[in-house]
Amino acid sequence: MLVLVSGPHAQGTIPASPLTLITRDGRRPVPTTLLNGQEFIGLDDLASLFQLTVREDALAGGVTVSYKGRTIVASAEQAMASVNGRVVTLPAPIARAGRRLLVPIDFIPRALAPIYDSPIDLRRASRLLIVGMVRVARVAVRIDAVGPPTRATVEVTPALLVSPALDAGRVLVRVEADALDAAPPPAPAGLIEQIQIGQTTTIAIALNQRAGMARVSTTTTTESTRVTIEVPLAAPAQDTSAAPPPPSTPPPSTAPPQPTPPAAEPSTPLLGAQTARLQTMVLDPGHGGDDTGVRGPKGTLEKQITLDVARRLKTLIETRLGVRIIMTRDEDRGISLDERAAVANNSKADLFLSLHVNGAPSPSLKGTEVYYLRLDRAGEEARRSTAATELVLPAVGGGTRPIDVIPWDLAQAAHVDASSRFASMLEEELEKHGPMGPRPLQQAPMRVLSAANMPAALVEIAYLTNAEQEQSVQSADFQAGLVQAMYDPIVRFRAYLEAAPAP
Amino acid sequence: MTRKRWLQIAGVVAIIIVAAWGASLILERMVSPVAEQQTVQPPPAPAANVPHIIATLYYGTADGQALAAIKREVPLGDGPRAQGRQILQSELEPAPAPYLSLIPAGTVLRAFYITDRGDAFVDLSPEVSSMHPGGSTRELLTVYAIVNTVTANLSSVERVQILIDGKQADTLAGHVDLRRPFERDTSLVREIKGTQ
Repeated sequence: MLVLVSGPHAQGTIPASPLTLITRDGRRPVPTTLLNGQEFIGLDDLASLFQLTVREDALAGGVTVSYKGRTIVASAEQAMASVNGRVVTLPAPIARAGRRLLVPIDFIPRALAPIYDSPIDLRRASRLLIVGMVRVARVAVRIDAVGPPTRATVEVTPALLVSPALDAGRVLVRVEADALDAAPPPAPAGLIEQIQIGQTTTIAIALNQRAGMARVSTTTTTESTRVTIEVPLAAPAQDTSAAPPPPSTPPPSTAPPQPTPPAAEPSTPLLGAQTARLQTMVLDPGHGGDDTGVRGPKGTLEKQITLDVARRLKTLIETRLGVRIIMTRDEDRGISLDERAAVANNSKADLFLSLHVNGAPSPSLKGTEVYYLRLDRAGEEARRSTAATELVLPAVGGGTRPIDVIPWDLAQAAHVDASSRFASMLEEELEKHGPMGPRPLQQAPMRVLSAANMPAALVEIAYLTNAEQEQSVQSADFQAGLVQAMYDPIVRFRAYLEAAPAP
Repeated sequence: MTRKRWLQIAGVVAIIIVAAWGASLILERMVSPVAEQQTVQPPPAPAANVPHIIATLYYGTADGQALAAIKREVPLGDGPRAQGRQILQSELEPAPAPYLSLIPAGTVLRAFYITDRGDAFVDLSPEVSSMHPGGSTRELLTVYAIVNTVTANLSSVERVQILIDGKQADTLAGHVDLRRPFERDTSLVREIKGTQ
């Protein structure tokens, strides 16, 4: 016979805080109920979530739960269940609240998990129910020193890609995972005003008004990724009326300001200082030489259009903006994708823009599209196995200088947020110029962007497979308008870099 | 004279009829397999007694913007690897109207294998790259047509890496990074009524 929790008992059930079910499709709350100090979950909820068939056996006083021919027979009188013939214990028998059957939440790992196709992981502390191959990062935030400077650490286990960023007085640490399994954050202290770990995979650490420029460094071991945040006092103390401190403002302990930030970065770089100013930009006309790229129906070649547009853009930027422009090619010659990134990295460019003309399987498709890099799980695994390692090298004049060694093909990983911002600005301005494609702003595993060690984006300026656009991309008017539409976001991005640290 | 003429005419007519019958037989033999391929659902037109499965194959939508998941009959394979080969062979066949083929014509499946870790390798002949018309959009659609076709049908496959002529490749046509395996991505897929 089932334990009947009726009348006053049913009304007296105390809803516990819901579990969060995390699958590859997303997350959703799953309600639970407290009964006599035990936490229960509705069998109907489990049945709909896991496609179970539940059959109540009134005579035997139990319930049979079936999944793909496998069965669990749970007793209403004893705290146990038979799982495919094997007996497991449970903290309590099945209970009933009104019309609903309830099982202790331990039913999930002990009885359901052994018969289910995908892994099921119940994490009580963080109240997560993880189903399937989902990347869930354990996150622990601690304040190591109240200071100032205030020092905090974000520990991410296992080692995953993290993207730190500064945004309006906050340090944001985005973890490339499907969900976070976070311990409760510590109480704020020192220059840290608030620590938030919400439903997203970003940890937000708000700084108070006395805080200066945060310095953030990331170290990765085989087991975890550790983000160390050091928050000094603002240089002119108490100056809250000022705009966010310029990125070139040195922290108290660093050397005098360097005019070329990327070259002189220590191992714990001033966040955003890598692109503190836009001094050098690389333009990459796609394809070239034997690689013609897309060929239009009337024979127009992508490689020629990209070169024409890049030359125009170079002239405009150099004359109006005074930014040094380096072209990966300035003639019709073939150049590998790695060479293109190498041109940018070796010149310590602050921005990289690759220009292409698109092709589609249907001639009707037209419009401009903007891409920035999407890191996949494989990229993160590769990053873990060849994690950024710190080398300490002897420096000229004595002493040592630590440098970070970054795997070549993952250089873009540290800049994806800034690249996203740049790509959004491109999309916004290009939209004013002409029609946008069906997916105007996309994240994709673009090979040429992956090795660029600076914010980078790729613009597919039009569809050469569309007869109308094949004609228009060759016209001087179209190219002039297009170049202006790409110039404007470059100006915006420069202002963004100079006004606030790049995210 | 008249009778002889009639006999001559009758003889010519008989020869024409016999020749026409013979020609129609020959033409029928030549034409009927093609006609059969166009009308029968499974692309390779296998023998009727061969057992089949219904697989989900990915093609370009008619407007070229997205992928469409289309259910098609594919010969039953003995185990995931053989089944994967059958599915990919079907995927390499021309797309059923009104959908668009995304893998260049002439591309051949050289090999297909699955590791214990759930990584599948799809080894294609060089035409997949040399005959690819290019463009980021088309390249993304080609890559994910292959990746999604494998992952949608073989539950043991988590990731798919595309090899060209037995070797790891940079890209198909200068855009999408092929150096690492891909996971299934349905963001390019548009749901077609009655097919998914």
